[in-house]
Amino acid sequence: MTIEVVKPGLLTTLQDAGRPGLAHLGIGRAGAFDAPALRIANALCGNPREACALEITLLGPSLCLRIDACIAVTGAPIPFHVDGVAQPMWVPVHAPAGATVALGAMRTGCRSYIAVRGGFDVAPALGSRSMDVNASLGPFGGRPLRAGDELPIATKTATSATAHAMPNWRLDPRPWFSASQNDSLRLLPGSHLDNLTDTSRKSLFSNQFKVQADSNRVGLRLSGPRLEWNASLEMVSEGCVPGLLQLPPSGQPIAFGPECPVSGGYPRIGQVAAVDMPRLAQLRPGDALRFQPCTLDEALDALRERERAMTAIESGIAARLSE
Amino acid sequence: MDFAIEPVAEDTVLLRFGDAIDANINARVHAAAHTLRTANLAGIIDIAPAYATLLVRFDPAVWLDTVGARPLEHIATSIRSVVAGLPLSQADASLGGRGWGKGAKPSQAADAGCARSAGCFAVSSLPSHRPGKPACVVIPVCYGGEYGPDLDAIAAHARLAPDDIVARHGASDYTVAMLGFAPGFPYLLGLDPVLHMPRRANPRTRVPAGSVAIGGAQTGIYPRELPGGWHLIGRTPLALFTPRREPPCVLAPGDRVCFRAIDADEFTRLSKPSA
Repeated sequence: MTIEVVKPGLLTTLQDAGRPGLAHLGIGRAGAFDAPALRIANALCGNPREACALEITLLGPSLCLRIDACIAVTGAPIPFHVDGVAQPMWVPVHAPAGATVALGAMRTGCRSYIAVRGGFDVAPALGSRSMDVNASLGPFGGRPLRAGDELPIATKTATSATAHAMPNWRLDPRPWFSASQNDSLRLLPGSHLDNLTDTSRKSLFSNQFKVQADSNRVGLRLSGPRLEWNASLEMVSEGCVPGLLQLPPSGQPIAFGPECPVSGGYPRIGQVAAVDMPRLAQLRPGDALRFQPCTLDEALDALRERERAMTAIESGIAARLSE
Repeated sequence: MDFAIEPVAEDTVLLRFGDAIDANINARVHAAAHTLRTANLAGIIDIAPAYATLLVRFDPAVWLDTVGARPLEHIATSIRSVVAGLPLSQADASLGGRGWGKGAKPSQAADAGCARSAGCFAVSSLPSHRPGKPACVVIPVCYGGEYGPDLDAIAAHARLAPDDIVARHGASDYTVAMLGFAPGFPYLLGLDPVLHMPRRANPRTRVPAGSVAIGGAQTGIYPRELPGGWHLIGRTPLALFTPRREPPCVLAPGDRVCFRAIDADEFTRLSKPSA
């Protein structure tokens, strides 16, 4: 039982919670960039959190269903049609076998997610079904989806779908997606933040940065005021994690995404707070962003609060689905 | 030996043993990694060595449940205890205010090893030996010719004959300082200083899989076709990274490595997938 990719969209990949724990082998985590959006899409389909779904970038794919399916679309707002009929996001939608599911172009945000009940049942690589395009690792050799790809669905769970009627509710997407460019991203101080000149350190938190066109899941290249060091730093390559804000010699920072290298030799000026990673994920080329300083306690408090909200949403959805 | 613990993210700390590419510093990184792996602390996700630092990532939820609001300080205390060989009960949690807590200003660390770093925790007393030292992994290499197009350039740079380059490259024992850049790419320490050569001014867009290369003071092996700026002196038929194999990588951090020169016939023979 499969779903066929008719048109792949701009960059559509299979993503789950990623493959943590392999950094010592040079293998990064990958996984959904906007992790809460993936989790909610899975919850809406009655899937476990870590089930595999599609991550769509800017322009969505067209898919042909070979079986009845329950699907849910979350993340950045995107036109979503089943056989030409517009469908809502943030709610489970039933689509019959043979239907064409077409996703359009996003006007705001950068990444949407399509989950299907049962999850995409491709063979995992090193414990994850996530495609790491940069490392050529994962299903389909880690390459983005192409027209003609057949995506298997775990049928046992898929056929357990009973309620085919459209639910009379949908989630409020506001806590989970914001197109506003006015809110700044919270930034924890990096190892070398104090080595920036006073002017540059002020610029980091007072100036606006723009996302460059050559940004991707490896990292978002930012342009803004040129940031400079008090003295040149001799760096030895050290471990890197998603969210890290590196400053290469160009003086223009790079914010790392889920496919970032596990090590790097550029100084670190900050770390995007984990709670703000979904907002980093939703920035598209040309978008503006600002940073605001944040302490570890604040970042952890915000993360805990978000996790509580996520867990509440997941159990709320599960309760609705079982009604 | 002293090291410092720097916060990196909500779920990540960096143990800093120094600031240089140095075999002794790197050996301490691997010793600490081994000790931490053996200790099997709850909720640890990644223990990833680099040249002079060890990245430790953990699941904050596991620690939040048991230690309350400040998992990073507790993990730092536990790491310090484990790596220094202290019983956990002796660990003191006196790190408050020096990390990223409310009102804490990033402080200049007292430890010279992290003088540049914000918010360090100075830690001392690491056993410097590494138990269970791995045997030497032998990598067969066909040097020069089409497999090592830069061998002559290295020879010219070193003012030696290409055969001398091969002999010197094959005579050393190497240590896998770290894996990075791409899955399974080993950065090897121990290159004969005569063979050091700055990277190519124009990196190649495609370096073939298996290429054995020299970049500055290091030698390494490209596990798959990748872009790269190192000088290619030979190629191994060995597949260094195979996702479906367990373990997926031939080499692990801290492994000892030596090279064995092979000819083109043996390269071809070894390239054939074993039945």
